[in-house]
Amino acid sequence: MSAMITRVKQKQIAQLISRGKRLDGRGLTDYREIKVEQGIIEKAEGSARVLLGKTEVMVGTKIETGEPFSDTPNEGVLTVNAELVPLASPTFEAGPPDENSIELARIVDRGIRESKAIDLEKLCIEPGKKVFVVFVDVYVLNHDGNLIDASALAALAALLNTKMPNYEIEEGEVKIKSGYTPLPIRRHPITVTFAKISDKLIVDPWLEEEQVMDARISMAIDDDGNICAIQKGGSGYFEPKQVLEAANIAKEKAEEIRKKLKW
Amino acid sequence: MSEKSEKLIDKKGVRLDGRKPDELRPIKLEVGVLSNADGSAYIEQGKNKILAAVYGPKELHPKHMALPDRMVLRCRYHMAPFSVQERKSPAPSRREIELSKVIREALEPSIFLEYYPKTGIDIFVEVLQADGSTRCASIVAASLALADAGIPMRDLVVACSAGKIDDTIILDLMDTEDKMGSADVPLALMPNLNAITLLQMDGTLTLEEFEKAVNLALEGCKKIYALQKEALKSKYVSVKEVEE
Repeated sequence: MSAMITRVKQKQIAQLISRGKRLDGRGLTDYREIKVEQGIIEKAEGSARVLLGKTEVMVGTKIETGEPFSDTPNEGVLTVNAELVPLASPTFEAGPPDENSIELARIVDRGIRESKAIDLEKLCIEPGKKVFVVFVDVYVLNHDGNLIDASALAALAALLNTKMPNYEIEEGEVKIKSGYTPLPIRRHPITVTFAKISDKLIVDPWLEEEQVMDARISMAIDDDGNICAIQKGGSGYFEPKQVLEAANIAKEKAEEIRKKLKW
Repeated sequence: MSEKSEKLIDKKGVRLDGRKPDELRPIKLEVGVLSNADGSAYIEQGKNKILAAVYGPKELHPKHMALPDRMVLRCRYHMAPFSVQERKSPAPSRREIELSKVIREALEPSIFLEYYPKTGIDIFVEVLQADGSTRCASIVAASLALADAGIPMRDLVVACSAGKIDDTIILDLMDTEDKMGSADVPLALMPNLNAITLLQMDGTLTLEEFEKAVNLALEGCKKIYALQKEALKSKYVSVKEVEE
């Protein structure tokens, strides 16, 4: 997921950060401007578009009926998929999902799943036989860095906007009735991503900072300030104290975002 | 992860397999187990049985993948169809693709990639039997295989998981503890550099619990690190004995 930037610029970004500054004028732990729009695709059961600076991610949800997993017969199924579509960046190529899009989908999935954001038991129609399956499709439209936070936010926004079809059971058959009820969402996990540059942690790296970073770490924080998912990425490393520092900042930032979006 | 009434740890702090909360499973390490590979290692950790092989440095195919200033590291983590209770399809799953990526990124910081421009190394990890924390055990074996292949490294990479079951922070999760427990924190470390090269988590932990889990996993890593060094040395000790 990289594009070329000049050595001069790489050096400039790294040197600025070592002095506590960033090329775009943000503080080290500042997010770019966040804009969330919901309900933009009428044919999807839920949808949202998130702008994180110039990074743009759309998420649509679809709901179908299907079989539950054998180890969770009383629970609905959550499926997250991510597409890095070629119109979003000169570095994205058409074709089957590569390791980057699979990792992105699995990070978004883990944040929602491990925080128990969706009350999956309420999606059960007939235990062991029929449940609602929630498909969350992450569609990256413009890549300007930190796809993880933008995608996680867009996924949650879309889920909050998702309507579940009403149904009744007639002679063992599931009949879909008219009308909808909102998808039962009980938690609001927020994912906060850090990049390590010049041995400092910065929040919400944009594209050019991602080219310079040694490593990144993402943490999903639930409504109580608990950590529910972590993913380190990139071929660098973190010191143990940096990881704990990141956890504390992530908790603050998640609260800030949740308050701002009134979730 | 479902909350079941079944107890994973009793009042005395003894786990299902008889371990204390901060106790590792028995670990067996062997280096140089495959004659075709440039480097190889085998790990048994509880019921985990995992083989790792390293091929390279060698010319990369396809050639356009080669980088002018450093070596390319490739990694494939794969589970045998018979390694788990229900047969796993041999086609790579999304989980295996993600794990291949995070294992590669856990090992990359340890290697002097810039010493071998335009070349590549392939790391193959085959999980023959899985019983929880396989990504950690895979890293332990893969790092040994890299050392066995004579690749210049900053340090060995060692990995260990910590987690939470029934409100207790524990070390080295086995499969049932991973599935039924409330959190899993796999961590990889280069001990001499105090550098965490892999960190993941799922479940729910407060910040204090998270700190405790990280510290416990770091302790576990240091214990396994000693075993790793032992295993590497013992390969050469036994060779010497044969020569005499």
